[in-house]
Amino acid sequence: MNCGAIKQKLAASGAEAVIETEYARKGFALNVQVAPEQLVAAVSVLDAEGFFIEAVTGVDWLGEQATLRKEAEAKAAAEAKAKADAAAAAGEEAPAAAPPAEQGELAEDALEAVYDFNHYDEFCRVTIRTRMVRSKPEVPTISHIYPGADWHERETHDFFGIIFVGHPYLVPLLLPEDADYHPLLKDFRP
Amino acid sequence: MSAFAKSEANETFVLNLGPQHPATHGVLRVKLTMDGEYIVEAEPVLGYIHRMHEKMGENRTWAQFLPNTGRMDYLHALAYNHGYVSVVERAAGIEVPERAEYLRVITAELNRVSSHLLWFGAFILDLGGFSPLLYAFDDREHILDLLESVTGSRLTYCYFRFGGVYNDIDDNFVPGTRAFIKRLRDRMPMYHNLVTKNIILMKRLQEVGPISAEMCRKYGATGPVCRGSGINFDVRKHEPYSIYPEMDFDVPVYDQCESMARYMVRMDEIEQSLRIIEQGLDKLPEGPVMAEKVPKIIKPAKGDYYHAVETARGSFGVRVVSDGSNTPYRLKLRSPTFSNLSLFGEACQGMLLPDALALMGSLDLVIPEIDR
Repeated sequence: MNCGAIKQKLAASGAEAVIETEYARKGFALNVQVAPEQLVAAVSVLDAEGFFIEAVTGVDWLGEQATLRKEAEAKAAAEAKAKADAAAAAGEEAPAAAPPAEQGELAEDALEAVYDFNHYDEFCRVTIRTRMVRSKPEVPTISHIYPGADWHERETHDFFGIIFVGHPYLVPLLLPEDADYHPLLKDFRP
Repeated sequence: MSAFAKSEANETFVLNLGPQHPATHGVLRVKLTMDGEYIVEAEPVLGYIHRMHEKMGENRTWAQFLPNTGRMDYLHALAYNHGYVSVVERAAGIEVPERAEYLRVITAELNRVSSHLLWFGAFILDLGGFSPLLYAFDDREHILDLLESVTGSRLTYCYFRFGGVYNDIDDNFVPGTRAFIKRLRDRMPMYHNLVTKNIILMKRLQEVGPISAEMCRKYGATGPVCRGSGINFDVRKHEPYSIYPEMDFDVPVYDQCESMARYMVRMDEIEQSLRIIEQGLDKLPEGPVMAEKVPKIIKPAKGDYYHAVETARGSFGVRVVSDGSNTPYRLKLRSPTFSNLSLFGEACQGMLLPDALALMGSLDLVIPEIDR
């Protein structure tokens, strides 16, 4: 078992991206991005290699698309300004500023589910991430592969409202049994 | 083994264990479906002491979350301190002076011994023996006094800071700790004579409460639970942090997969922790205990970071997601007992109720850490 071989196998299982990260800087060895449909295949690869499950959690990326657009606009404006300055310095007439790009609808923000796996024999922390749209946060369960994921998925459902399709018992674990709110969503107001 | 309950001739009934029961060590409820004295099904019900530490983390600055870390696993608070400051130091690129790292390891290991001593007393209490608890608390009191002189508190420590520790040790700490190590070493044979070799304890624990290595893997069990099932996994050796690589210590592993094996792992770990403390005191360098130039307001670079430490109960991991501001964007706390307890439902099927309680005790549950 070594991390390099796992990387090949994960890439072969249909993961969108498998990136080796610098452990000393980040604390994990492999960063894997998968589509929700490919999640079970990727987790099965790790199961066959003898990995154990460390945790399942989520991240709410509310506002990410707006931030990305703002950054892109700022960058474009800075470039245009630099061009104009360069032209002015050269004594030329400043070119007409390009019209601002057509602003379409913002893409929908994402919820991310994050799975951590590690190996007992050799250090190789694999972080699998999968993104889904906030209005339909559905991802297949992995509790039939790792029974330990059962509680982790219930906890993630409590906090983020992510629905783990196929989970046998998706009821609140840490929150009250009648809880219908998800406190870690960024737009949660108590 | 639970198959016998499925025949129609056998009636089952539901038994509520907890949420207030001495054997659950806090507010844990277990819904047991029983066939006479045998457990058909067990479902732990969590959340009675859930405080949403992860949400609290998103509402305060990086440093303001420090006291929270001491209030999850109140028996090994310094390891939780260590996990959190390490992940923030990793994210913000803060260097820690060597003396501070030594003090961290010495105090965290003292805390581990005190945690194991409390577990030892409470575990035997679960099994019906009262007096070992008094002996264990007698020893533990010395550790609390030592740690109080350094950290200022006796239970919910908040001693580590980003870039070092809160203050230096006083003149009495080193001789006091050496005296304690000698004292506990002299007491260990008594513990083994009084408890480990006790025939009642052996009958209660040997070949009872099987947890296979495969079950550990599927549920993500770590710490003494997996080391009692023959898995040599200790974060201090596996992904070494702090100054543990410079320390010479062994990882006790037993492969009987029974409650007794988990008991033996913890008893042996006390001696290994004493070895680490002793080496730390021998090598303790002079110097500052806080890094210079630690920014007042910490703003780690964008991205996510993970750091795991070995607590008395297993691997505690913190994942932080930073958006470059002075508060965490997301803070995930992976607590070891949450995973360790999740295998209880499968492990205790078909067991006698008293044996299941012994199994539960051997998992060393700390409920505030499970519920967070």
